[in-house]
Amino acid sequence: MNAAGGMNKELKRVSMVVLLMFVALFSSGTFITVFQADNLNADGRNVRTLYKSFSAERGPLLVDGAPVAVSTPVNDNFKFQRVYTNPELYSAVTGYFSLNQGNTGVEGALNDYLSGTADSQFLDQLNSVFTGQSPKGAAVELTIDPVAQQAAWDALGDQGGAVIALNPKTGAILAMVSKPTYDPNLLASHDTGSVIDAYNQLLADESDPLINRTIAGDLYHPGSVFKLLVTAAALDSGQFTTESTFANPSRLQLPQSDVTISNATEGACAGGAETVTLTEALRLSCNIPFAELGAALGENVIAEYADGFGFGHRLDVPMRTTASIYPENMDPAQLMLSSFGQYDVRATPLQIAMVTAGIANGGTVMQPTLIDSVIAPNLTVLEPFQPEVFSEPISEQTAATMVQLMVNNVSNGVAGSARINGVEVGGKTGTAESGGNDNINRTLWFTGFAPANDPQIAIAVVVENRPGLGGSVAAPIAKKVIEAVLNK
Amino acid sequence: MPANGKSNTMSVSSSNLANERTTFTDAIRLKLRVPARLRNRELVLLLFAFVITTGAMALVQLGAIGVLDTGVLLLSGVLSALILGVHVCLRFVASEADPFILPTVTVLNGLGIAMIYRIDLANGLFGWEAAGVRQIAWTGLAILIALGVLLTIRNHRVLLRYRFVSMFGGIVLLLLPMLPVIGHSEFGAQLWIKVGSFTFQPGELAKIALAIFFAGYLVESRDSLSMVGKKFLGMRFPRVRDLGPILVIWAASLAVLIFQRDLGTSLLYFGLFLVMIYVATARLSWVILGLALFLAGAVVASQTLSYVTGRFNGWLDPFNPDVYESIGGSYQLVQGLFGLANGGLICTGLGQGRPDLVPLAQSDYIIASLGEELGLAGLFAILALYLLLVSRGFRIGFAGQDDFGRLLGVGLAFVVALQVFIVIGGVTRVIPLTGLTTPFLAAGGSSLIANWIIVALLLRLSDTIRHQPRLVVER
Repeated sequence: MNAAGGMNKELKRVSMVVLLMFVALFSSGTFITVFQADNLNADGRNVRTLYKSFSAERGPLLVDGAPVAVSTPVNDNFKFQRVYTNPELYSAVTGYFSLNQGNTGVEGALNDYLSGTADSQFLDQLNSVFTGQSPKGAAVELTIDPVAQQAAWDALGDQGGAVIALNPKTGAILAMVSKPTYDPNLLASHDTGSVIDAYNQLLADESDPLINRTIAGDLYHPGSVFKLLVTAAALDSGQFTTESTFANPSRLQLPQSDVTISNATEGACAGGAETVTLTEALRLSCNIPFAELGAALGENVIAEYADGFGFGHRLDVPMRTTASIYPENMDPAQLMLSSFGQYDVRATPLQIAMVTAGIANGGTVMQPTLIDSVIAPNLTVLEPFQPEVFSEPISEQTAATMVQLMVNNVSNGVAGSARINGVEVGGKTGTAESGGNDNINRTLWFTGFAPANDPQIAIAVVVENRPGLGGSVAAPIAKKVIEAVLNK
Repeated sequence: MPANGKSNTMSVSSSNLANERTTFTDAIRLKLRVPARLRNRELVLLLFAFVITTGAMALVQLGAIGVLDTGVLLLSGVLSALILGVHVCLRFVASEADPFILPTVTVLNGLGIAMIYRIDLANGLFGWEAAGVRQIAWTGLAILIALGVLLTIRNHRVLLRYRFVSMFGGIVLLLLPMLPVIGHSEFGAQLWIKVGSFTFQPGELAKIALAIFFAGYLVESRDSLSMVGKKFLGMRFPRVRDLGPILVIWAASLAVLIFQRDLGTSLLYFGLFLVMIYVATARLSWVILGLALFLAGAVVASQTLSYVTGRFNGWLDPFNPDVYESIGGSYQLVQGLFGLANGGLICTGLGQGRPDLVPLAQSDYIIASLGEELGLAGLFAILALYLLLVSRGFRIGFAGQDDFGRLLGVGLAFVVALQVFIVIGGVTRVIPLTGLTTPFLAAGGSSLIANWIIVALLLRLSDTIRHQPRLVVER
């Protein structure tokens, strides 16, 4: 027993090893729960986050105080079933909240608030741990005007396309309709098999019902509504006035190209005078003068104004929008084509509505949003959304001139079918040809605002893949929505 | 003279007798008076432990089903009564035993039952179907066996006599699962024996038998293991003929690794042996030799045995989709990490998380379940309890008088520490994941019985080390 007392040195060393083993466990536990937790919780394979957001009572989506999406208690694993009370009418706004196909729309963009896991709801979560009450999500009040939404839905009818209406002074989105659409209730089912079937069917549908055409999708050629932006750039840059004149041929061969372009009438503009003013060219929506104007202004000037109005920016409304495109590095022919909204200029209806809203609002573009407020279960307002300025691309004076030009378009121009008795409506039509058989697959536009002296609404309407003209098809739809808002 | 002489002897013997009587009654008085202090401390801690475990059961029920089920609460009350029985028994047969051991394992065992029961509730299992109810029954049985050990083994030195019986017992227990009829394999590991519907994991008991054998063998032969041998690189390496035991243990560990397909158990036995031989001989060369042997074995195994390769890949790159989705991949590991992350700092609260989503949430992964519902704070508390238990075992090593008892105490404490490290380290990605039970927490009868026997032995050893110096002074 030589080492009787001597074992203590070895014991101390082994104790240190044991201590180190435990220190390793303490450290790894801390590392996982503190530093890695956010990544782990966000991992797509972590169904916990999903289950948690399901089993908390999700806050409702409200339109004018009435729920359009609400969670009702059910007796299964998820405790609550999401129900859309007017599913198709609001689908572009609400999106869906599904078990296995993700979340879209406001449901996806504000999931943190709705499920009660946002940072500002941390104290409520902590409170619910100690009181044992199940946590509740916050309610989201939307900016949608139910009358405008219904009017837009009804007016668009069975046609594919989109309607978006803004309050030009605040950026509040008053109506957002995209057709064809879908029933989000089908995707909110807890029967994952039926959800997958419904989802795959919607995905396979060639009319793309899942896409919110107002802010995303493949984007539209803006056609003649893009002339608004080119006109604004021409006036605001100081290089042109409304009385500036342009040569007025009936056909124009593009530089370094065999392609010739013509006006929609196939003749010269405004009855065939030798020159035409900018006012006349916009009122009658002639292509050739705008091709000349674009070439004279140059790509850089137009690009600067396009950027100012929001082209190239992805916005959170709160859903992330697709950025509208003004092409770069165009040759002279491409620049001329793009100046009346052809070639590779592409825009969302929201973008076109923002151009109009900026003009109507004295040159200030407001940040568009669907969120009026986020209200916690205890009725405190978590996020009061204040109107925010997005940009000020043109001067007040330019904006005032543009308002007059657009009112002129409606009162004596090709946008006449948007006229409303007793109200000064400003507007612009567009008819974009998207290749192929031009007369059948057209993108028909109208964008406008009213009343001119105190604008309450700015709107963009697109009707896709059909024959006809923006003035005869899209303008009457916008007229009905404007009437619905103004008659309230 | 004779009368005188007789009376003389009489008086001597009677005074001797009187003397003996006083020492005897003194000893009894000593026994009844002094130690009560330790046992009273234990009683206070035990009552506190009961509050924690009963509270956990009640919270689980309120959290998961919203009502109190008095039947199950009553069952766990029976366990509390049994533990009180152990406490009372200690007052008589091991009055100076360490007062921290019993309350510590009471809390661990109780938390384990609460969590197992909570997952039963999530899976809709009740009555005998519920693992939680079976765990209560096993705990009861384990406590009774521990009581039996305390009552039969009054002096730990008798175990020294049975060291070779222990060795054979340990090896037989290890090999039992490889037998044809009764051997039983679950989740790819051949670790169980099955008789009828009854399964048992004999390896858990083997660790005690091996600890007893190592302690006995090393106390006896450490002189030859430590004194002779050639010096090489500044360290004295053992003679070839003394290498026998370490090679046998190495071979046994590899057999477990290869034939029973269990990395954790293999690591556990070998680690236990290395630490005990190091403490006994003070030769670092043994540890280096042993680690080299084990690493060599493990490297070869990780290249050739697919399940070991899978564990290593899962450890190094668990979030890789290929590793995650492959069979024997990192699915379970990652799901456990999700659970821990869900618990975070402040926890979800008992009955409020989703620990049932992780495979084996009641056994191998119970620490992830507890981490989810008790948070990092709860995880730290549990680790601290283990550290307390282990340190009480090491205390025997530091304060003990006989080397066999010291080695045995350290060995038993270290085997608990190593097992905790292997399991929790595997779950939290410190080391590759291996299947072992978390002592006292995880569902499983064999593990409970083995660990409660360890408790009984540690209590017995701690009682002896406090007794010994006083006995020496008294005589």
